[in-house]
Amino acid sequence: MNASTIDFPVQMNRNESNAPGQNMQKPNSPEPEAHAIAPATAFQIGKLSVSFGAHTVLKDVSLDIKARSVTAIIGPSGCGKSTFLRSLNRMHELVPDARMTGTIRLFGENIYGPEIDPVVVRRRVGMVFQKSNPFPTMSISENVTVGLRLNGIRNKGILQERLEKSLKMAALWDEVKDRLNAASTSLSGGQQQRLCIARALAVEPEVILMDEPASALDPLATTKIEELILDLKKDFTIVIVTHNMQQAARISDQTAFFYLGELVEYAATRKIFTNPSVKQTEDYVTGRFG
Amino acid sequence: MGRWASVPPASAGPFQNLGMKTKDPGGDAGFSQDTGVKSPWDSIFKWFTFLMAMSVIALIFLVGYELFKSSRLSISKFGWRFLVSSDWDPVAEQFGALPFIFGTLVSSLIALIIAVPLSIGTALYLTELAPVWVRAPLAFLVQLLSAVPSVILGLWGIFVMVPWLRENLFPWLRSAFGFSPLFQGPIYGVSILAGGIIIAIMILPIITSVSREIIRSVPGLQREAAYALGATRWEVTRIAVLSYAKKGLFGAVILGLGRALGETMAVTMVIGNRPEIAKSLFAPGYTLASVVANEFAEATTEIYLHALFEIGLVLLGVTVLVNALAQLLLRAFGGSGVKA
Repeated sequence: MNASTIDFPVQMNRNESNAPGQNMQKPNSPEPEAHAIAPATAFQIGKLSVSFGAHTVLKDVSLDIKARSVTAIIGPSGCGKSTFLRSLNRMHELVPDARMTGTIRLFGENIYGPEIDPVVVRRRVGMVFQKSNPFPTMSISENVTVGLRLNGIRNKGILQERLEKSLKMAALWDEVKDRLNAASTSLSGGQQQRLCIARALAVEPEVILMDEPASALDPLATTKIEELILDLKKDFTIVIVTHNMQQAARISDQTAFFYLGELVEYAATRKIFTNPSVKQTEDYVTGRFG
Repeated sequence: MGRWASVPPASAGPFQNLGMKTKDPGGDAGFSQDTGVKSPWDSIFKWFTFLMAMSVIALIFLVGYELFKSSRLSISKFGWRFLVSSDWDPVAEQFGALPFIFGTLVSSLIALIIAVPLSIGTALYLTELAPVWVRAPLAFLVQLLSAVPSVILGLWGIFVMVPWLRENLFPWLRSAFGFSPLFQGPIYGVSILAGGIIIAIMILPIITSVSREIIRSVPGLQREAAYALGATRWEVTRIAVLSYAKKGLFGAVILGLGRALGETMAVTMVIGNRPEIAKSLFAPGYTLASVVANEFAEATTEIYLHALFEIGLVLLGVTVLVNALAQLLLRAFGGSGVKA
């Protein structure tokens, strides 16, 4: 599959110049000035409840997620953290009998508004999954640019530029620059996950959701992903679900603790891990239950 | 804190409930290796399965040999001319298989052209788009189509389809595409095109149900990856589903082609059974399978009987050859697809 076979441009009008994701910078580059004008809140979530059929997964969750920071979602299995993450880009709607009530605003705009197409929401809010899922029939470069080509971008120069930029941001460029046309499946597990991150970055989303992005990786690959996340928060808002307490403590600025579908506590990460206000949170982060 | 390390990874999300099978590509690596523990049952099992596999191959060779033995008179008399001659004159004892080879290949090709888009479209609808409650009943109905006996389909072909083709479709085709030699000439109804349409109906269920299984086996994570990039439903189908499944879908088509080449009864009833090579699809034709079925009872001379056996041998050869070609094609062009 090459660029010329893709002929389904989707109209989009998300290229407003002040969208936070627009100002993509190479990691470690000098502080971009755009920081100053960035709105402080990416998501405002009010009384969010989600159910699948008769099963209620999230109950009355309200919280604000800061822009250009890392927010970790922790909690035991089945507490609704994955569903919470998926409701932020309307991925949970792919389950046929999903229902939600409440509001989610992204930079002030209601993403569940009647006139909002979930496809457009997902272009603004990218996602990286627990298991790396590059498209196996596509090469490394095709994987990165597939989102752009879906947007109708066919200009080789632009594609090439974004390809390089995204791979550099995902800290993968040096490892693959000599074999961009190799099969994506020829990469190692950790590389494949970074390729998926590059693929999400290439469409310049405003927010990146990560659903346990390192849980299937070895410690070395995990470290690379964590360093990458710390770099990316300069330009993107990151919400990460993790099972790994130390990981949440290492990389996040805020932490939300979910239990049985409810938000138990949401505060600065340092506070959650050193001086939580709720007993349940303390029990969980110290390993007394889970 | 150490105990957190042993927490198993959480579920991959609600998508796990959709019944899609995820294949672990590296999961079976350890099983073929010698574990060092020798059990007599292991080698018994191995030889037993080996024997089973070999008996299938032996059967094919046996059939080929029997056909060859029973057609030796015809082979020695006509040689390679049998394959390129268009004469089929039992009275003058002149036999050539070319019109039948032509009829078989062309009617099968027509069948594929009609059946492949229909089947894959149906399979996509059944797996990706249809409301959950219609999926199983609809799949069952498609399966039911394959349960219709060939001869019943042939009767329907003679009394319903062929008159309809003669009165409606064929005249329309001739007026719309008459500039092409394919759609010129007198219309009888019974024709190579009618044969192709009947075969298409007969191979539709097999291609549909195999395609459906293949599309269902595309991991849900592939679809999610495309959705998360902001792909529409069609885009998800194209970049995540079809490209992942294309190799398997090609296999489904080949399976259908194998069936098409050997279809006999229904085709015999609508194709017209005239051994000639015509440019027009409206003209009658004849297939290898049809001539064997039709003329076996009246093959009174020994050479006639041997010629019919040679037709059977040619049919076997054509089927094997087409399948081999398809495998080569798959290797040459479908190499980037994922094995299903």
